[in-house]
Amino acid sequence: MTQTGPFRLSSGGRLIDRAYPLPFRFDGRQLRGLRGDTLASALLANGQMLMGRSFKYHRPRGPIASGAEEPNALLGLGHGGRFEPNQRATTTPLVGGMATTSQNCWPSLTADVGAVNSWLYRFFPAGFYYKTFMWPRGFWKHVFEPVIRRSAGLGKAPTEADPDTYEQAYAHVDLVVVGGGIAGLTAALDAAKSGKSVWVLEQTPHFGGRTPTDHADGQARVDALIAELRAMPNVNLRRNTMATGLYDHGYLLAREALADHDPNAGIPRQRLWRIRAGHVVVASGALERPLSFAGNDVPGVMLASAVRDFIGDYGVAPGRRIVVVTNNDDAYRTALAALDAGLEVPVILDARSSAGGALPEAARARGIRVLTDAAIAGIKGGQSVEAVKLCAHSGSGEVTETIEADCVAMSGGWSPVVHLWSHCGGKLNWSDTQSMFAPDPNRPPTGADGKAMASCVGAASGDLLVADATGAAAESAIMPVWVMPTHATRKMKFKMFLDFQNDVKVSDVELAAQEGYHSVEHTKRYTTLGMATDQGKVSNINGLAVLSGALNQPIPATGTTTFRPPYTPLTLGTIAAEARGELFQPLRKTPMHGWHQAKGAYWEPVGHWRRPYCYPQGAESHAEAVAREIRAVRASVGTLDASTLGKIVVKGPDAGKFLDMMYTGMMSTLPVGKCRYGLICNENGFLIDDGVAARLSEDTWLVHTTTGGADRMHGHFEDWLQCEWWDWQVYTANVTEQWAQIAVVGPKARVLLERLGGMDLSAEALPFMGWAEGEIAGIPARVYRISFSGELSFEVAVPANRGLELWEKLHEAGADLNITPYGTEAMHIMRAEKGFIMIGDETDGTVIPQDLGMSWAISKKKEDYIGKRAQQRSHMTDPDRWKLVGLESLDGRMLPDGVYAVAEGVNGNGQRNVQGRVTSTYISPTLDKPIAMGLVRHGPERMGEVLEFPVAGQESYKARICDPVFYDKEGSRANG
Amino acid sequence: MLTLTCPCCGVAAEETELHAGGEAHLKRFGPGSSDAEFEGYLFARKNPRGVHFERWRHAYGCGKWFLAARCTATLQVFATYSAQTPYPPAEVVAAIRAARPDWQPDWTETPTTPAESPNA
Amino acid sequence: MAEALARISQIDDLGMIQIRADLGRAGDAIAEAAGLALPGQGRVTTDGSRILGWMSPDELLLVLPRAEAAQALAALQDALSTEHALVLDVSDMRAAFRIQGDKALHVLMKLCPADLASMPQDGLRRTRAAQAACGIWREPGGYVLIGFRSVADYLRGLLQGAALPGSQLDPR
Repeated sequence: MTQTGPFRLSSGGRLIDRAYPLPFRFDGRQLRGLRGDTLASALLANGQMLMGRSFKYHRPRGPIASGAEEPNALLGLGHGGRFEPNQRATTTPLVGGMATTSQNCWPSLTADVGAVNSWLYRFFPAGFYYKTFMWPRGFWKHVFEPVIRRSAGLGKAPTEADPDTYEQAYAHVDLVVVGGGIAGLTAALDAAKSGKSVWVLEQTPHFGGRTPTDHADGQARVDALIAELRAMPNVNLRRNTMATGLYDHGYLLAREALADHDPNAGIPRQRLWRIRAGHVVVASGALERPLSFAGNDVPGVMLASAVRDFIGDYGVAPGRRIVVVTNNDDAYRTALAALDAGLEVPVILDARSSAGGALPEAARARGIRVLTDAAIAGIKGGQSVEAVKLCAHSGSGEVTETIEADCVAMSGGWSPVVHLWSHCGGKLNWSDTQSMFAPDPNRPPTGADGKAMASCVGAASGDLLVADATGAAAESAIMPVWVMPTHATRKMKFKMFLDFQNDVKVSDVELAAQEGYHSVEHTKRYTTLGMATDQGKVSNINGLAVLSGALNQPIPATGTTTFRPPYTPLTLGTIAAEARGELFQPLRKTPMHGWHQAKGAYWEPVGHWRRPYCYPQGAESHAEAVAREIRAVRASVGTLDASTLGKIVVKGPDAGKFLDMMYTGMMSTLPVGKCRYGLICNENGFLIDDGVAARLSEDTWLVHTTTGGADRMHGHFEDWLQCEWWDWQVYTANVTEQWAQIAVVGPKARVLLERLGGMDLSAEALPFMGWAEGEIAGIPARVYRISFSGELSFEVAVPANRGLELWEKLHEAGADLNITPYGTEAMHIMRAEKGFIMIGDETDGTVIPQDLGMSWAISKKKEDYIGKRAQQRSHMTDPDRWKLVGLESLDGRMLPDGVYAVAEGVNGNGQRNVQGRVTSTYISPTLDKPIAMGLVRHGPERMGEVLEFPVAGQESYKARICDPVFYDKEGSRANG
Repeated sequence: MLTLTCPCCGVAAEETELHAGGEAHLKRFGPGSSDAEFEGYLFARKNPRGVHFERWRHAYGCGKWFLAARCTATLQVFATYSAQTPYPPAEVVAAIRAARPDWQPDWTETPTTPAESPNA
Repeated sequence: MAEALARISQIDDLGMIQIRADLGRAGDAIAEAAGLALPGQGRVTTDGSRILGWMSPDELLLVLPRAEAAQALAALQDALSTEHALVLDVSDMRAAFRIQGDKALHVLMKLCPADLASMPQDGLRRTRAAQAACGIWREPGGYVLIGFRSVADYLRGLLQGAALPGSQLDPR
């Protein structure tokens, strides 16, 4: 079977289909794999053991694992927008036509110039960055930072938008089993029999976990369980679904891969499940640990379990002559599997002083040489294993023998995968007999009811054999081995890798301990142990054991670093899901949105609304369009889409009393048929919203809020009604979207509306600050005579479905009047010309109405309103508070927005003292000059004074304090 | 991410459907109150590690405010209950005591029923 | 091309009346004026043409053919004239969608954090669809989803995206 590579075995491979070869490319080289292969198995079959370079030293690396814990074999996948860096070759299914590239090497994987680092790695010890880049200070910006930036990061970020789609889905499940191995399937069956809804999430494409590989009748046991579960309607078995994190109250996130294998499937690539689990059974198995011997990172040195996975699952030989090195019985399975596949096992090196269990006996019976108290002193070979140097484990590394081999299968024991258990607070116990941290069932993560929300079964619980389900025979005890050999020299420790991706060695952790890094969390950050993309899955336990040894303390005293989600990296696509492009945010549109769009409106986002900022015509700039719109309104008539203004109905016997509490002014005395402008403050006294209230009937008001304030003010009203004055009889309703509202503004506004007919809008019938109900152009309407521009103005509200109809009729009827639609910028400038404040410009959450000269809008008669008590605090009544004034630029330049007026002297930080700032600033087309408003200390008492506004890189601006009303000070125009 | 059952509509809503409103059972001080009283009302919050009472609004739901008694350390929810009560009612206190026998209420006033609002 | 998970269509001819009142006191009067029994907490009642939905402890929503809205509004206002109550025509402020088909539930499960699979047959659930507020109830063959009119395009985009052919939530 050389067609898929020289290292493909002639038989075996339970997951591959030899009838379907798949072509793919690696660094431009055309190769062939088989359906069912992972990228790693396909590359190994082709003899490509070298798959990447480590991050710090650019050391050559091959895969050490066969699953999600793999730290080395990270590749770039795909092209263009579909390019993805750091894809784990051991979990990426092979797809026909796949293009893959190696990372972190230049000019090529085999001849990497950066690998010079590895000759120098004695000079790159733990904390290298901290130590080196401290001094001289000036070097950081110009020397160190540019160099680090160029070499930082593993892999390259894609430069184009991701063409794939992603989605999320919510599920509510009684019991979720994480892990589709034999323990998980058994637990699922038990739970399902009680009638619960049960989901089983398996991160790989196959159920069964290690059982089919490790136990003779394993596949049959798994198949029987699957068959039984599939027949149950309350069971949901999901493959390719990786549980990434367990959060408060049983909130479990899981990523299901739907089309990773087929970008052209036309379905979402991945789905993020947001599951509410009644209970989570963690059946996530265990991960094998490497052994720390010199040269343990040479390509060809692999975990023993990975070696037998490649043989058994994919029919691939990781090597032809495999040396097994172990401190436990389990690794003997690898030796036996290798023999079964026709490979050579020249020796098994067992660090223990004796090896007498069933598995070692079976190995001996097959004629394998088993050495006890045996260890590896070193590996001969750079880019691949050539030979293994043997020594006594109890010694200091004197080489006793050298054995030719091309692969080393190592096992340092197993660690339960406790990530999910630990994410939300589950605690661990150290087991001396098993040399591992296992979940403490008495200290589980707890849920909303205070009871355990998760439990562990199988290997994840510390029951590594799962003998109940697998029928495995007992094994003899593991012997902890954290450094091999026991008395290894300092020189050997420089080549013992703990974190393979980040190149953290035993020597680094020992150095950190020596330098005072006693906390495991500090050591992690100082050495970068466990900070790589695998998040320490293979390195953490070995690292903290070495740290414990260096500190001469038991392992539990050192403890573990915090387990944080996600278990394996998530794509940003699944987190964003549908929230991209058009659906990034809900975009709120008024009934006239389409009309504005057709007229070329330039949009301004206001909250989630889009409002026309202006309607540029032809080659007009925005400023020119705004100026034209304002002149047209002031000369004749214009229309503004005011539908976005908040509209809240407040009704009930206590509605007047209630509104008197909400507003600073008096609303209860407003006569029916009239409107009144009002201010809303919070309990801090600060102005938060404003608008016009209309009294609709004896017990009903309709209050307008700002565009962004509708939901907030409705919520504010309901808060006080529900939580403070719950015995007051008031109902509110947010009817913002029921109405389209059109401001018809300008000296010809009445003429225009009268053409449409239906209502008497004369000054007598509808005076300023009055409202009336009737029909305009046959459409039921409420007309409010209010003005935010200073002009004669009618705000016409009609049912939303008829808003566009009225808008179009107005424009048809007003053609000869030069009727002009105007946008928010024209509205802003016209209100500023009139000295009207704008929430968010003149206010910033620290401004009270008194600052704005609006004491006229604050009732003196009321005992109480929200904010009144706060406005009596000493800081609020301080005469030094900045107050609203107009500002006239002296040299014709428009003042920049937000600039500060300086005062004499400097503050404690040596900065100029300030005495005011600009809050609104425009060029007024009406007055043909810049106008501005600002808040200035003692401003209203300082009319005529000139203030200086320094701006970096420019000549200081100078402006004279003036009345904020720049236009029509008498207010006669609004009377039409 | 929390799940709280809204006592007003019976829905078990997740945190994204809710709006958090800070500490519950604050007594409002308005005009006429001392600076110290007003400062306490406006700014002084308990922020305990353990039993806490909070305001929540079922914003993406029935729109009603309700109160929750929960443990800020373990996130155990002892009860959710009506916002129209100046102090946690007896059954809420009982539910807390069942889970936290050592916990003591820190208010001394007699709980009133909703009909006897202190602001009526 | 495979079929979409559900057929998404907008309903244009619905009338809606919002009722706020003390349902304990005014429930009978409302039921009589609306022509439907008072729904229980989180439920709807229907005669096939009209739907009366429980929105909150003091709020109901009457959904009916638009042509009947004005008359129903008057009847309800009349029936509640002596009560402290608020009755409003809100027919224009919402967008309503039909989600029809075997996998309609899957479409909603992708957007809503609510446990809609467990919703009673006559249930009404107010929740969110992605980032927008919505209300959901069942009808024969699927669901009705209502949201605010300003986000109708957003809701339609969400629903159509979630109904993408081949994206059903069944285990694969």
